[in-house]
Amino acid sequence: MDIMTLVNALPGAVAQGLIWAIMAIGVYITYRVLDIADLTVDGTLCTGGAVCIMCMLAGCNVWVSILAATGAGLLAGFVTGIFHTFMGIQPILAGILTQLALWSVNLKIMGKANQAINVNQYDLLVSLRYIKDVPFYQNTIFVVAIFVVVVIAILYWFFGTELGCGIRATGCNANMARAQGINTSLNKVIGLMLSNGLVALSGALLAQYQGFADINMGRGSIVIGLAAVIIGEALLSRVFHNFALKMFSVAVGSVIYYLVYQVVIWLKVDTDLLKAFSAVVVAIFLAIPYWKSRYFTKPAVAKGGKPNA
Amino acid sequence: MLEIKNVYKTFNAGTVNEKVALNGLDLKLEDGDFVTVIGGNGAGKSTMLNAVAGAWPVDMGKILIDGQDVTRLPEHKRAKYIGRVFQDPMMGTAATMGIDENLALAARRGVSRTLRPGITKKEHEEYYRLLKTLELGLEDRMTSKVGLLSGGQRQAVTLLMATLKKPRLLLLDEHTAALDPKTAARVLALSDKIVHENHLTTLMITHNMKDAIRYGNRLIMMYEGRVIYDVRGEEKANLKVGDLLKRFEQVSDGDFANDRMLLS
Repeated sequence: MDIMTLVNALPGAVAQGLIWAIMAIGVYITYRVLDIADLTVDGTLCTGGAVCIMCMLAGCNVWVSILAATGAGLLAGFVTGIFHTFMGIQPILAGILTQLALWSVNLKIMGKANQAINVNQYDLLVSLRYIKDVPFYQNTIFVVAIFVVVVIAILYWFFGTELGCGIRATGCNANMARAQGINTSLNKVIGLMLSNGLVALSGALLAQYQGFADINMGRGSIVIGLAAVIIGEALLSRVFHNFALKMFSVAVGSVIYYLVYQVVIWLKVDTDLLKAFSAVVVAIFLAIPYWKSRYFTKPAVAKGGKPNA
Repeated sequence: MLEIKNVYKTFNAGTVNEKVALNGLDLKLEDGDFVTVIGGNGAGKSTMLNAVAGAWPVDMGKILIDGQDVTRLPEHKRAKYIGRVFQDPMMGTAATMGIDENLALAARRGVSRTLRPGITKKEHEEYYRLLKTLELGLEDRMTSKVGLLSGGQRQAVTLLMATLKKPRLLLLDEHTAALDPKTAARVLALSDKIVHENHLTTLMITHNMKDAIRYGNRLIMMYEGRVIYDVRGEEKANLKVGDLLKRFEQVSDGDFANDRMLLS
């Protein structure tokens, strides 16, 4: 195990972590802000990649392709939102239904299970090849970092507007939100759209980065997104209270996830086991707050209302 | 200004848990009425308030506010006319948002929410002044998350939110029941003050008969989904708790004996 192999692999891990950070921020919007575990994202990530690659293969400009991918994500979120609000389906099930439908949609978009794009023939924005020996402004890490910063800035602004505050209130206390005249159904739909739009954007970048879109590329992505959210919170929630910084900590969580992933690969652990490992880690982290409240709370201190804040 | 006309609501219809909650309810409020509502458990008090607020559609009947039929209006649209404080202090506020942000949400009740700032500097000054009137010291911790406040403080903030944008109708659903007696008395006095200062038409449910007599200009008693007793003015002011208990026994053949009304 040559340490240099690991060191050489780290920039790639950072780039991947940053691309997934956009996805994880999308998950943060549904999971933390709206309090919905949205499983649509497993399908949306591939939709974003598929739309982006197919647009580019059809000769579109890279920015147009990325925009189209994001639009497709918004649409997927809209469908889940309608399933949930208009049709009264539980959010998890609504997400699973859309995800399932997206499998077919994604196959139809790509025409087959995998579509590759050649970095030499197409003007890609990010790529595996743009990690080393390119000017810094072309470096994938730099480009994606700009994306992450812009996304965080826009979301920070958005969640400070009247509409954004309404969405936060909807996720926190829907009863209160309705009593204050907030259309909670509409806000949930908007939140789901926003989230899936970001996931598709992430998928578009990821497909360019790896040079192909694949029908399986989104499988289990919700778990990676949640892992990023949880790692970020575990490390930084005591320091970061500001909304923008919380999203930043999600991005940090995502990068750390990929760095650890890289180390695990370097340790020559059987990669078949990685998804099981991710799932177990996320399950344990999700359990910690529950265990804390159940087994480590002193009854005498339980005053001043429910600790549901 | 509020008219409830022959409203019916049955929960879990057709099952063993079927419960007729409102059974041809009729009630008309005049502008500026401060009505206290009493009645045993399951009399339909909260159901009436939820019907007015639009938490779910009613089975039959009509609800009018200022002559406008709101029966089919969804909850968030009716909110334009209605301020509400719930029994559970957790229910009226967003715990993970700041006191100021909660107030700002309430200040925009009935206005379409756009991409304008969710809260402005000018509002901060106004909220500082308003929070100061509560005399709870909340004005100095305006950006604190509401989840950190005590139940009484949260109810006080909710009350402020419900009346920040003067509602046509204020609904208080046993909003002091979950508080300790001292805090309850404070919140109740505060409610009374706000209602009078703003001349708000108010429906207040309470389990405390003394409070029901002391506050407001009108008292109604509900039983099995209907109003069975309605007094106002002088007659109400001269009521005694004993009179109300007697009334209760008359209509219910004494099955109030173990009701929690007696405890208060």
